[in-house]
Amino acid sequence: MPAATQETVETTIVDAIAKLGPEAEDVTRDATFESLDIDSLDLVEVAQIVEEEFGVVLKGEDMEKLNTVGDAIDLVVARAS
Amino acid sequence: MAPEGCALVTGASRGIGAAIARMLAGEGWPVGVNFRSDEEGASAVVSEIEAQGGQALSVQGDVADPEAVDSIFAELEQRFGPVLVLVNNAGVRADGLSMQLDDEEWEHVLATNLSGAFRTTRRALKGMMRARHGRVINIASVVGGVRGNAGQANYAASKAGLVGYTRTVAAEVARRGVTVNAVAPGLVQTELSEGIDQQRFIDAVPARRAGTPEEIAAAVRFLASDDAAYVTGITLTVDGGLTA
Repeated sequence: MPAATQETVETTIVDAIAKLGPEAEDVTRDATFESLDIDSLDLVEVAQIVEEEFGVVLKGEDMEKLNTVGDAIDLVVARAS
Repeated sequence: MAPEGCALVTGASRGIGAAIARMLAGEGWPVGVNFRSDEEGASAVVSEIEAQGGQALSVQGDVADPEAVDSIFAELEQRFGPVLVLVNNAGVRADGLSMQLDDEEWEHVLATNLSGAFRTTRRALKGMMRARHGRVINIASVVGGVRGNAGQANYAASKAGLVGYTRTVAAEVARRGVTVNAVAPGLVQTELSEGIDQQRFIDAVPARRAGTPEEIAAAVRFLASDDAAYVTGITLTVDGGLTA
């Protein structure tokens, strides 16, 4: 399992989100999930990938607080440390 | 046919489950034939499927045991790839008037019939979401889902729960090409229905006979097919008109 650094987590999350529809270049730290048209079901899929990759489990209540891609990256990095 | 993967039928060593496993294998799906205790029955189903040119694997595991669910899937995925058709058929009965049901009789039926289906579905949806294709089919019952039957409060509660669960999950995952439906059999000639006053039921069935496991399996085959891609969240009653 790779270490959950800002870089590794960002790569994983951005790749995961880009596979769900948005253009990769639009998936920046500041982009909101709303602007990317990423919904709760999409976030569950991202959470699944994060769990497999870094062993960090994100629950529904965690996801609800996330607005931007950066929020998700920071949460995973914080949880992993 | 659907993307590469397989079907899993829980409680498939006999009765309705065995008929479903055989029928899905006939549609070209490699099938996981899950059983709890009847290894001989499950092996016989696998042999029959293989004799017909199909692929099958018997997988032991009690769906009431949270630990068992992951190992059932792991074993199957290793051999056939992701489970893209899940049939939650494993079911038990522990009949008695509700005033006299003890906690164990209540919990055991709920644990197998309802919680078991929840855990297998939760596990299966991971692969289905990824594949953007999936079919979950829950075997409910006219008892609970549609009508009451004295002496089966636990069974009815589990099956009614399954119907509500079916609808809800269907709404959650529909946009991923995953459908979730239930089939509600009426009186079917199986070991599970033994001991039930069959004649009393048959008199109430407009078709004047019990259904066969194959008649239930045929409904499952439809819901598992590409033809049923736009059917989701429903309970398909197959009861010879019992609840008509």
